[in-house]
Amino acid sequence: MAVNYSAKEEADGHPSGGVGVPGGGAVGGGGGGVVKTRKPDNTAFKQQRLPAWQPILTAGTVLPAFFIIGLIFIPIGIGIFVTSNNIREYEIDYTGTEPSSPCNKCLNVSWDSTPPCTCTINFTLEHSFESNVFMYYGLSNFYQNHRRYVKSRDDSQLNGDNSSLLNPSKECEPYRTNEDKPIAPCGAIANSMFNDTLELYRIDNDTRTPITLIKKGIAWWTDKNVKFRNPTGDGNNLTALFQGTTKPVNWPKPVYMLDSEPDNNGFINEDFIVWMRTAALPTFRKLYRLIERKNNLQPTLQAGKYSLDIAYNYPVHSFDGRKRMILSTISWMGGKNPFLGIAYITVGSICFFLGVVLLFIHHKYGNRNTSADIPN
Amino acid sequence: MLRRSLSRLCAGEEKRVGTRTVVVGHRPVSDTEAYVAQKFCDNRIVSSKYTLWNFLPKNLFEQFRRIANFYFLIIFLVQVIVDTPTSPVTSGLPLFFVITVTAIKQGYEDWLRHRADNEVNKSNVFVVENAKQVRKESEKIKVGDIVEVKADETFPCDLIFLASSSPDGTCYVTTASLDGESNFKTHYAVRDTTVLCTDEAIDSLTATIECEQPQPDLYKFVGRIIIYRSNQEPVARSINAFLIVYLCILLGKATVCTTLKYVWQSNPFNDEPWYNEKTKKERETFKVLRMFTDFLSFMVLFNFIIPVSMYVTVEMQKFLGSFFISWDKEMYDEEIQEGALVNTSDLNEELGQVEYVFTDKTGTLTENSMEFIECCIDGHKYKDCISEVDGFSQTDGPHKYYGRAEKSREELFLRALCLCHTVQIKEADQVDGLMANPERKCTYISSSPDEIALVKGAEKYGFTFLGLENDFMKIRNQKNETEMYQLLHVLNFDPVRRRMSVIVRTTTGADSSIFPRVQQEEIQQTKVHVDRNAMDGYRTLCVAFKELTEKEYDKIDRQLNEAKMALQDREEKMAKVFDDTEADMHLIGATAVEDRLQEQLAETIEALHAAGMKVWVLTGDKMETAKSTCYACRLFQTSTELLELTARTVGESERKEDRLHELLLEYHKKLIQDVPKNRGGLKRSWTLSQEYGLIIDGSTLSLILNPSQDSGSSNYKSIFLQICLKCTAVLCCRMAPLQKAQIVRMVKNTKGSPITLSIGDGANDVSMILEAHVGIGIKGKEGRQASRNSDYAVPKFKHLRKLLLAHGHLYYVRIAHLVQYFFYKNLCFILPQFLYQFFCGFSQQPLYDAAYLTMYNICFTSLPILAYSLLEQHISIDTLTSDPQLYMKVSDNAMLQWKPFLYWTFLGAFEGLVFFFGVYFLFQSSSLEDNGKVFGNWTFGTIVFTVLVFTVTLKFQQEERSNREFGFVHLVSDKAECQSVRKSTCVK
Repeated sequence: MAVNYSAKEEADGHPSGGVGVPGGGAVGGGGGGVVKTRKPDNTAFKQQRLPAWQPILTAGTVLPAFFIIGLIFIPIGIGIFVTSNNIREYEIDYTGTEPSSPCNKCLNVSWDSTPPCTCTINFTLEHSFESNVFMYYGLSNFYQNHRRYVKSRDDSQLNGDNSSLLNPSKECEPYRTNEDKPIAPCGAIANSMFNDTLELYRIDNDTRTPITLIKKGIAWWTDKNVKFRNPTGDGNNLTALFQGTTKPVNWPKPVYMLDSEPDNNGFINEDFIVWMRTAALPTFRKLYRLIERKNNLQPTLQAGKYSLDIAYNYPVHSFDGRKRMILSTISWMGGKNPFLGIAYITVGSICFFLGVVLLFIHHKYGNRNTSADIPN
Repeated sequence: MLRRSLSRLCAGEEKRVGTRTVVVGHRPVSDTEAYVAQKFCDNRIVSSKYTLWNFLPKNLFEQFRRIANFYFLIIFLVQVIVDTPTSPVTSGLPLFFVITVTAIKQGYEDWLRHRADNEVNKSNVFVVENAKQVRKESEKIKVGDIVEVKADETFPCDLIFLASSSPDGTCYVTTASLDGESNFKTHYAVRDTTVLCTDEAIDSLTATIECEQPQPDLYKFVGRIIIYRSNQEPVARSINAFLIVYLCILLGKATVCTTLKYVWQSNPFNDEPWYNEKTKKERETFKVLRMFTDFLSFMVLFNFIIPVSMYVTVEMQKFLGSFFISWDKEMYDEEIQEGALVNTSDLNEELGQVEYVFTDKTGTLTENSMEFIECCIDGHKYKDCISEVDGFSQTDGPHKYYGRAEKSREELFLRALCLCHTVQIKEADQVDGLMANPERKCTYISSSPDEIALVKGAEKYGFTFLGLENDFMKIRNQKNETEMYQLLHVLNFDPVRRRMSVIVRTTTGADSSIFPRVQQEEIQQTKVHVDRNAMDGYRTLCVAFKELTEKEYDKIDRQLNEAKMALQDREEKMAKVFDDTEADMHLIGATAVEDRLQEQLAETIEALHAAGMKVWVLTGDKMETAKSTCYACRLFQTSTELLELTARTVGESERKEDRLHELLLEYHKKLIQDVPKNRGGLKRSWTLSQEYGLIIDGSTLSLILNPSQDSGSSNYKSIFLQICLKCTAVLCCRMAPLQKAQIVRMVKNTKGSPITLSIGDGANDVSMILEAHVGIGIKGKEGRQASRNSDYAVPKFKHLRKLLLAHGHLYYVRIAHLVQYFFYKNLCFILPQFLYQFFCGFSQQPLYDAAYLTMYNICFTSLPILAYSLLEQHISIDTLTSDPQLYMKVSDNAMLQWKPFLYWTFLGAFEGLVFFFGVYFLFQSSSLEDNGKVFGNWTFGTIVFTVLVFTVTLKFQQEERSNREFGFVHLVSDKAECQSVRKSTCVK
């Protein structure tokens, strides 16, 4: 785009360097030069002569700009769109609202049903998943972004602050104490933590081979290492550290029994951390497990039959919610989402189209002004 | 050394009848009467608003009287009291910031005023107490003190002249700070006290003074009057209108959200799902109360739509912007070594909106330095004979073409010039502002520059005034003889009578008032000359004489003394005596004195005209002179049709009011009714082919504005106004200072309240400078009063051009952009937050983090727009100055109308939608990163915010220059940014 650069010339022909001595000795009358005049400094700033540039919009600059934007955006859009389409994604809704669904029997589970209701869903992958596969669970109509819900947590408790541990913030109400004992972790978010267990099996000639699901590395680094910390104290015995607190009402186990590994237990349990990062929209996905590619010869998930074993604990039917399990590969630009590519292509096309229209108009009617013509 | 006792006149006191008694020197008049100290107000000048004690409460009160500040205070209180989505800090901090910055600015300005006051109040004054001089501060002078004022000092208060160091009891006073006349007036001490010229002697004086109560006349301009303007300027008006629109949007949003919230919550699993239970307190709250707090919460959530920091940015922009005006090198004048001065920073943008320019003539359009050009004796013209001192008397001199008058008449004329004045000779040459005579090393000082010009003119023709000695005026005539005349009485010049006389045996005065008083046949030829001279822009004076017999003189002497002693109505009595005395005179001739025009005057006036401003000249001068000046400065073109409403057209008869009304109707018909197509256009109307100019004089004006009795006359005022508004140029001559202000007020209060600008140099212009929206003072020769009372002071009239066309235009455009940009950026800031409510169950969940909410206007987006609004030049200054037509583009507040406002509002709404839904659709995918991790709600807000800040900041480039094509580029850039900030993550 052509830009008209017009540095306004210094009026007196010399660049203004004199900061202390204003405007040279223009004021006559002798006085030995020490006479301080009130003459304003002749600096570009004070005289409002700072260099400026101003894009001049003529057909000669705007039309190429349109074409260039069109030509850059369309390929970018196509690239993103193709990348997005190459992403493999497979989604299973296991809510079980339909009577035919295997999980229908679990539809009205409550929190503390023991043993948990389990169901198995078989599915077939048409295409193999070549790269690392990310396993998500998705909830719908679940307002994690409701204000009352979002603020119902105590960040300093989660950060391992001992006083907050025993005296959680008032924001946690009504999930702050239970039977006069402080709840750790307190608040509605923690209380409603997703507790379905999902297991994936590959079915090969009627043999079920479990697929290794990695449960670490699903949370944000900063969350895991900065925001969430277990309370500190003597020794590393979490049970002792959480002494004096009680588990959230809906949890079957206390927080220090979430996992067997010490670096994934207590507040720094990654499933917990992922849940605690409240979703932006009422329909959301959260990262559940990672499936790593074993070697370069085989795809992570071959095309074929699989089965999903669900320990159905999490009730969503009461608020008309849905539960899903999503398997997805990831590209450099994240998960499957054609929106960005389409947006780029659309904007690029509009620009290009407008460029053509304006070129036509300019060519047909713009000849009055012969000096402003289009390059090339 | 001058000595005066004083009586304080306090302006602002209510009218009180009767007289007041002042005890001189605070000594009891008689021993029998106990001295009762009377209560008069002190001599302090207060122009400051605050003191140290009341600054905080008063300033806070003033600030919270502003709608916007009060609104934010309410929001803040709501946040403190009610459980709201955002913490009180989010609105408390910006409010605190705004209040602090404004308070600092106002405090600083008030401190400057304090300093200026102190300069006056703390100045040293010598008061005579117990036969000793006591140094006092000016503010401590009490009514009744005897004050000693030395030469060249300022009078600290109103004084009565008791005695002076000169044995004849005279002193020369310049009243530049009162009425703008820089000339010297002779004042005479009270006869009985003239001898008391030492401290001891004056101490022996026991007296009381009875005088009138303070009168609100011209002299109420003593001291500085700082007028805090209460009427709203168009920019502020527009801002308030926009504010109300946004307030409605805000209320609408809050209502919609509250309603929808309860609709949505009617479904129990939405209201309270198992995972998100309410607290006991929430459940028990009364539903109506809950709805009300919900409404308030939504208000608080969306309150950022009304830009808190806009006011502070506007204030800062004005404050800092005014520096560019005072820094302007082109408005620097080498002669007085000063540049422009900005007294008020609040009006920068008003300079771009001026529709009416009221200008003084003397000293503003003209330079107020007089030069004797020519004279006319008995109808014979004499012109310019500088080289020969004696050229006048030679028959074959340069004047032979004009014919010659009798020798005796010539001499009589020149003697008259030499005698009829109040010029004084000052031997030392330190008296400033006056013309030094190099040959004789002495200076003429006088109450009028015309007089000096005349005396110097007479000197050129061989008659030299040598001075006044013991009531005898000495003149050296052409034959180098010294003539002596006894000065019996001086009938001083006054603007009503427009004449002055001396009784020695001769007289001088302004022509139109002398002609009726001389015999008819002499007039004709002289009148021709006078008229021609007046047309050329010269000030003309006629010289006439009258011989008085002893008997006549005795009678006049007695009458004069009687009149001088009168306490009440002294003015009228004096005037009557003067009138009687100055009848039946013999005209000898006339003089012409040139009043030089300011440099580049015509160009400036033409530029102002071309820029669509109407220039009105308001002058105390006579019509002919003023008219010729107007022609000279091209205010009136030769094609301009002049409409006259003066004593000449109206006549002097009893029926002049009727005649005036006839004229008004006639002109009205001519201008308005005959040009129907032009009727509706409030726009500047000089696009029509015929230009009209109006001339009106002071007496006619007062006839129109203060009609005698009949009720129908008020109608004529509006007719007059309509006529005025249709004219391209209006000349008001023979105006008293208050009439000037009256005219300005009349125009200011017309429909559409156009922005008026007054420019003047003398204290007699102060009233109109204060009355107009924008007051400009010329730092001229006539003292500082005008420039001190003005909003802006410039050295010369020509600087008005750059001040208005360049600075005014730029500041208007800048502030217009600033205001609209603020509304725009806050709309597109808060709209996503509104839309988010639809996705979070109307739970008042803020989209942005509290820090973003607080800092958005303070940090993230305020500095670029501030810099922009200080430095933007959409058109270069040179172009603006040279093409006055551009000024019209921004006239009538063109950039702050509804159309651009709606454009910005829709733009803001559109962008808000794009930001929100762009990110919304992005969030449909499982992850936005290559590690598969998921973003939360705060990241959502952060992405929207980042895109927002980028776009809103980049918006400048497209602003103004943006055309329709650029909108799409913009959309593209949004998307590009979406892409770029995808990686930006938020730790939350």
